Amino acid sequence: MLEIDALAACLSSPACLVNQTTTGLIIGMLLFLVASGVTLIFGVLHVINFAHGSFYMLGAYFAYTAYITTGNYFVAAAAGALGAAICGIVFERLIISRVYGQNVLMQLLVCYAFILIVDDLVKIIWGAEYLSMGIPAEFRLPPYRIAGGFVPPFYLFMVAMAVIIGLGSLWIVTRTRFGKIVRAAAHNASMVSALGIRVQLYFAALFGLGCALAGVAGALAAPVRSLTPGMGLGILVESFIVTVIGGMGSIPGAFLAAIILGLTRSIGSVGFPLFVDGAMFMIMALVLIFRPTGLLGQGTLR
Amino acid sequence: MNLLREFRRDIAIAAVALLVLVAIGLGVDSPWPRDFLTSFFAFGLLAMSLNLLIGYTGLVSFGHAAYFAFGGYAFGLLMQWNGFTESLGAAALPAAFVAAIGGTALYSLVIGAICVRLTEIYFAFLTLAFQMFLYSVILSAVTITGGDQGLMGGIPRPPFLGIDLADPHHRYVFCAVVFMVCILIMRVVTESPFGYTLRMIRDNAQRAAFLGVNVTRVKLICFVVSGSMAGVGGVILALFTSGAYPEWAFWAQSGEAIFMIMLGGLNVFVGPLLGAVALRVLNDVVQMYTSHTEIVIGAVILFVVLGLRRGLLDFALDWWVERQQAKLAATNREDDKR
Repeated sequence: MLEIDALAACLSSPACLVNQTTTGLIIGMLLFLVASGVTLIFGVLHVINFAHGSFYMLGAYFAYTAYITTGNYFVAAAAGALGAAICGIVFERLIISRVYGQNVLMQLLVCYAFILIVDDLVKIIWGAEYLSMGIPAEFRLPPYRIAGGFVPPFYLFMVAMAVIIGLGSLWIVTRTRFGKIVRAAAHNASMVSALGIRVQLYFAALFGLGCALAGVAGALAAPVRSLTPGMGLGILVESFIVTVIGGMGSIPGAFLAAIILGLTRSIGSVGFPLFVDGAMFMIMALVLIFRPTGLLGQGTLR
Repeated sequence: MNLLREFRRDIAIAAVALLVLVAIGLGVDSPWPRDFLTSFFAFGLLAMSLNLLIGYTGLVSFGHAAYFAFGGYAFGLLMQWNGFTESLGAAALPAAFVAAIGGTALYSLVIGAICVRLTEIYFAFLTLAFQMFLYSVILSAVTITGGDQGLMGGIPRPPFLGIDLADPHHRYVFCAVVFMVCILIMRVVTESPFGYTLRMIRDNAQRAAFLGVNVTRVKLICFVVSGSMAGVGGVILALFTSGAYPEWAFWAQSGEAIFMIMLGGLNVFVGPLLGAVALRVLNDVVQMYTSHTEIVIGAVILFVVLGLRRGLLDFALDWWVERQQAKLAATNREDDKR
């Protein structure tokens, strides 16, 4: 099961190390974007959006269509984010907002229903076959060579985008007026609405923001992964693992955990290819046993 | 003996139900009712065992199909292992049955020990995560489990004690008896003092802890019992299909089981069974008209959850209670007039 030789060979060769680290980073960044959306929505609205993977999928498909029609990747990425945000707001207003404060069972069921419907709709609109977008024209440049390893420019763009968007959403929530109102409403919604603020609008907007993060992740993933109905589930489960390891409600924690998981995945695929999933779950179980609040969690939410 | 006396009504009902099921299966000439009912036994056990967690204990598990699949795969793999069947001879099948349930119990003990301490939301998504882990193990361990093709080559079913499970009639009666025994066990669990402890934990875990209940331990026991019962369902399905398939461990299977409970009714013991039948019928009917069953099922779920807000039997129960109260009020009014 363990391929020590391959692992040692990779760790001692700078080229392989660079390749695996960049792969790990882009996996980690996608996870981070999805997980920070989950954690943002949970932190404020106290619902777990089990349908979050669907917004990742929608973002990817919207970006695909926008790229095919316009040929511009930046437009495509924006379309992915915006489309996911709009779908998220509709989902929040029509469905999820009706089960706020109810037990988890109801939230789970409506999310399950939503996943079924969206997966089937995607199948009807885009077909059940694998779609692939390919590296967009803007990024068809020769890869950078760093210490013998190859780093495609698109990977750098992905990492930079993820970091900027992650920092941006952290800034929105902690520093802006919008973030302050939303956080206040999370503590005491009736008090905030008594101050003349339409709390529902803010909740919907925040839900949309969380879904936009998933949509961007989908749009960023579209060129490097194949698109298929049901693609959201894998990343949803991994982003749950990220939130558990990083600590629920902590965006920096999600960042740290996402990088740990991404590197585990990429280096593990060399050293223990059959045990990559197992390793992720082992890390999660260890965190749960020894530090149940997560690496950077505040520990009050559980 | 005490148990027999206390539950004699339930035992009598179960015996009558079993007779009816056997009569339907053996009396009708076509295999259709037998096949329908056998898969109903399997999924009914899945839903009923999940309701032990969700309805009685308030533990919303989103990964219950993992134990269902584990039971099925464990049973299938043991029966396909030549060393096992040869050394045990005629006793191989019952031994594999018991070992599969025991293995499922052990597996749910490990997962449960990690999960039951957590709050609702963590519990729901960790059970989902562990289920997807099992799913990915099944898919990647191609040499053992056959990967996405499932456990191929058929599961041998050697006769034991005069019971030949390769014969569809024998198999049907065997599955019906196993199913009924499991339902009875769950009935005993839910109506015993232990079952009331579960309800107390659901309603107020802190209070239960103050009264000296070891909440974590009780939850864990319930988790293991429920996991094992789901494992029995998996074994029945493996016997029936003579194989085991990765879809059994897929998250959608768990979602379906949760919906069966919701559809049938959370607060009535046999609600999940009605839900299992209703969902199956719904599926079959929708499939006659369109291949996009998922959209329709999704819409029905939304309607039941957001519109009715309770299951069919819950609805019936509420209606009955309301009618009784209305009657009572009416007689009271007449008395006042006089």
